Amino acid sequence: MTKTAARPPAEAIAVRPVQAPPPAGGRKRRRLADQARAYGFLLGGLICFALFSWYPAIRAVVIAFQKYTPGSSPEWVGTANFTRVWHDPEFTAAWRNTLTFTALALLIGFAIPFLLALVLNELRHAKAFFRVVVYLPVMIPPVVSALLWKWFYDPGAGLANEALRFLHLPTSNWSNGADTALVSLVIVATWANMGGTVLIYLAALQSIPGELYEAAELDGAGLLQRIRHVTIPQTRFVILMLMLLQIIATMQVFTEPFVITGGGPENSTVTVLYLIYKYAFLYNDFGGACALSVMLLVLLGAFSALYLRLTRSGEEDA
Amino acid sequence: MSTRTLVSPTALARPRGRAVYWTVFGAVVVLFALAFLFPVYWMVSGAMKSPDEVAQTPPTLVPEQWHLSGYKDAWELMELPRHLWNTVVQAAGAWVFQLVFCTAAAYALSKLKPAFGKVILGGILATLMVPAQALVVPKYLTVADLPLIHTSLLNDPLAIWLPAVANAFNLYLLKRFFDQLPRDVLEAAEIDGAGKLRTLWSIVLPMSRPVLGVVSIFALVAVWQDFLWPLMVFSDTGKQPISVALVQLSQNIQLTVLIAAMVIASIPMVALFLVFQRHIIAGISAGSTKG
Repeated sequence: MTKTAARPPAEAIAVRPVQAPPPAGGRKRRRLADQARAYGFLLGGLICFALFSWYPAIRAVVIAFQKYTPGSSPEWVGTANFTRVWHDPEFTAAWRNTLTFTALALLIGFAIPFLLALVLNELRHAKAFFRVVVYLPVMIPPVVSALLWKWFYDPGAGLANEALRFLHLPTSNWSNGADTALVSLVIVATWANMGGTVLIYLAALQSIPGELYEAAELDGAGLLQRIRHVTIPQTRFVILMLMLLQIIATMQVFTEPFVITGGGPENSTVTVLYLIYKYAFLYNDFGGACALSVMLLVLLGAFSALYLRLTRSGEEDA
Repeated sequence: MSTRTLVSPTALARPRGRAVYWTVFGAVVVLFALAFLFPVYWMVSGAMKSPDEVAQTPPTLVPEQWHLSGYKDAWELMELPRHLWNTVVQAAGAWVFQLVFCTAAAYALSKLKPAFGKVILGGILATLMVPAQALVVPKYLTVADLPLIHTSLLNDPLAIWLPAVANAFNLYLLKRFFDQLPRDVLEAAEIDGAGKLRTLWSIVLPMSRPVLGVVSIFALVAVWQDFLWPLMVFSDTGKQPISVALVQLSQNIQLTVLIAAMVIASIPMVALFLVFQRHIIAGISAGSTKG
């Protein structure tokens, strides 16, 4: 900035006439050179997007209609992959588990961080400490948190049952019981991921103008009424955004079921992504894997599109 | 600096309010310690128990005897140096590739006005709508047999590095930042005879330190924490990053040794977080206030 300001204006004017008369066709050549340069900068990124984003997206749809095993030439099979996958008993289980996981994650993994942020925002001391501590599990590699909780859930020496015994509560099978495994995984995912959510809520809560609370209090609103009529409406946008993000993220859950339960017991934790992995790497059935991917893609693509639309309109409002 | 929140300062100043406040404060401290710090302590100390002690019920809160052999065995038996090194190479490469190609592309899209620039940007943003994991299988097939050149990147760190570049979020972040840079500064550099590359290197990048920092942290954390993709592309045990190796080796290894390996695997990211916590937390918090 200082450089342009320091430059005497006369010099800038003096330079212009020299550049002004372009040789015939020069401007066009110049623009071509500019274009070449621009594309030179773009090239690396463009190739990577083409190879690892655009092409796989198209290819998923194509392979979904093919019998495909790497090494042999693909064969068109119409909708056979979809019907075969559809009739797989694991298909129903996988979708039911994934949807239940997402619903539970919304219930547990959504209420808890919100309440936590609400309480943390009222505390006047050690704020930095709380923020660091709540985010600590997020920085622990997901595989490590999964293995850690697998150990906690251990029916013998596991800490989870030990805690229940300490509180004189009946012990549970946790991740080893068909009816409790999925909830156990939701607990792991919530523990591991809620740090980010809490921090975002905290930021949103801090942006609520204090006068609103004052006015509500003058009108005689109690604590719960203030939460209901001020806090929640004021953070509604963030709540909605995080809810959409959570749906998108939890429907792609893989690490926890793969590491902790291996899909069991009795298929109770096979998720859609796990099933995709199985089709590709256990059954070597890439057509089936892609058919499943396309289904997941269509469903989650809709949520993502909604999310992007809302963030954009939100940004314009701001 | 205290702004008015849900509970009014006057209510807090009353004796009853103060009692409630300190009760809640204490409860939150205990809860946080139990929920977030205790598991970490349990992991670090569990690795130092003897194999018998770690399996006993009820468990001991403090190891009867502190053994360091768990960590030593993990380091040697599980070949942790090799897997850590693999992870470092993968993360560092992904970081460099992303910084080079994403900044170059973002700079082009923001300042060089390429033909069809809007279409390309649209195509890049459209990938934000595609859930990453749902594309993992066709992406694997592409990596296993690259179109046109027909080479396989399986078991090659390039299989991590190149797809990492196709990160629409980071690219868009950079582009938006470059958009805000004042035009006249760049033009001044050009009048002084700087080429486009020179302008990028000596003007744009130094001004973009904050956004480059954010992108760097995102890039490093993403690779370090990823599991499914490296699980797919590295079948060669010797080339696996620590996350995959941990799961593969977890079956046939003593619990104390496994726990020690888990601790070791967590150290780099937790250390990164503790060093850059201010920036990381500010970055996460800033993302939302815009909305």
